[in-house]
Amino acid sequence: MIMNNDKDVLRDVWFGRIPSCFTLNSDEVTEREAEPYYLMLPRVSYLTLVTDKVKKHFLKAMRTDEVEEMWFEYEGTPLKWHYPIGVLFDLHASASALPWSIIVHFKSFPDRDLLHCPTNSVIEAHFMSSIKEADVLKHKSQVVNDMQKKDHKQLWMGLQNDKFDQFWAMNRKLMEYSTEEGGFRYIPFRIYQTTGDKPFIQKLFRPVSPQGNPHTLCDLLKEMYPAALTNDGEQKRYQVLIHGIEPLLETPLQWLSEHLSHPDNFLHICIVPVPTD
Amino acid sequence: MWAGPVYSRQSEALKMSETAESPTETPQEGRQPPTDDSTAAEEKKKIDVLLKAVGDTPIMKKKKWTVERMRTVHSLSQFISRFLKLDTNEELFIYINQSFAPSPDQEVGILFDCYGSDNKLVLHYCKNQAWG
Repeated sequence: MIMNNDKDVLRDVWFGRIPSCFTLNSDEVTEREAEPYYLMLPRVSYLTLVTDKVKKHFLKAMRTDEVEEMWFEYEGTPLKWHYPIGVLFDLHASASALPWSIIVHFKSFPDRDLLHCPTNSVIEAHFMSSIKEADVLKHKSQVVNDMQKKDHKQLWMGLQNDKFDQFWAMNRKLMEYSTEEGGFRYIPFRIYQTTGDKPFIQKLFRPVSPQGNPHTLCDLLKEMYPAALTNDGEQKRYQVLIHGIEPLLETPLQWLSEHLSHPDNFLHICIVPVPTD
Repeated sequence: MWAGPVYSRQSEALKMSETAESPTETPQEGRQPPTDDSTAAEEKKKIDVLLKAVGDTPIMKKKKWTVERMRTVHSLSQFISRFLKLDTNEELFIYINQSFAPSPDQEVGILFDCYGSDNKLVLHYCKNQAWG
């Protein structure tokens, strides 16, 4: 049952914005000085999908023969366009002052760290693949397979054009489940951390325990990343962030999956050290 | 038509070509079960994948391979392309559950944990876009 205030949560998540300031990397060869460019970045979108204006702005100052594929960096870390923008911010910059200061590059593309993104169709393929993967976990692909090509297109166009109603008119089908099951088959989630060699943690996890109790965010972390939890008498070491907020650890995972998932249908969870000052 | 995420990872490509003939990919025929703890620990870092061709994409005679969990989808796809002697400009798509194309930087170990069955991960590969 989705209550009215739950629908507000979906809107708040969709319209989350991060004030950002783009500056040109100082090594780029320019013909004239490039002013910084300010933009409100949608948390649920992808960097390469919403930065046409940034590119246009800096290209005006560049010598065209010095221009290769554009990419972004924050404090030495190349930003992966195929992670949602909000995840990049929470993971790398949640403790920094706003606006988020992003460096723009037009050469020395870091092949080791970033996927190439020559056209928007690459973003579309990545986005749709994530939705299909999530539906494998949630409904054994049944919902996404029952959709038509135009339905898939509606999900993508909704994201691309920032149309909340268009997207959710279709996405709500991906959020359905039978009442006797009490939730999805598995919760599509990814847990990111800045330390460690793994890009993220992803495993099978059910929304309901074998005894029929709803699993909470705390239950998930206990199993996947126990260090993120604070034991009694201990100083809190980590923040558990979803869309920039720390949800209560008692929140049922099924509710989080339905309301705080990104448009790609995954619940992206960032674990970052508590800011020291 | 979707081109799929394009990924080039020069250094890893090099590493792959060095190890393409090495025991990193071991054909499964005649593999012995681990005999001691150290072998068992070593084995846990590796998983079995079953590679299946789709449509008119050439098949691989050896279908079952043992690969490191940390290996990426991109590196696996390069290995298959080289094994099949595909032209460097020919694309190769990899699918899980005959439904989605995992991100090229995804580690096969995670895919095995989520989508493996009977202790192996089935991957379909195709020269053309097959699903989606």
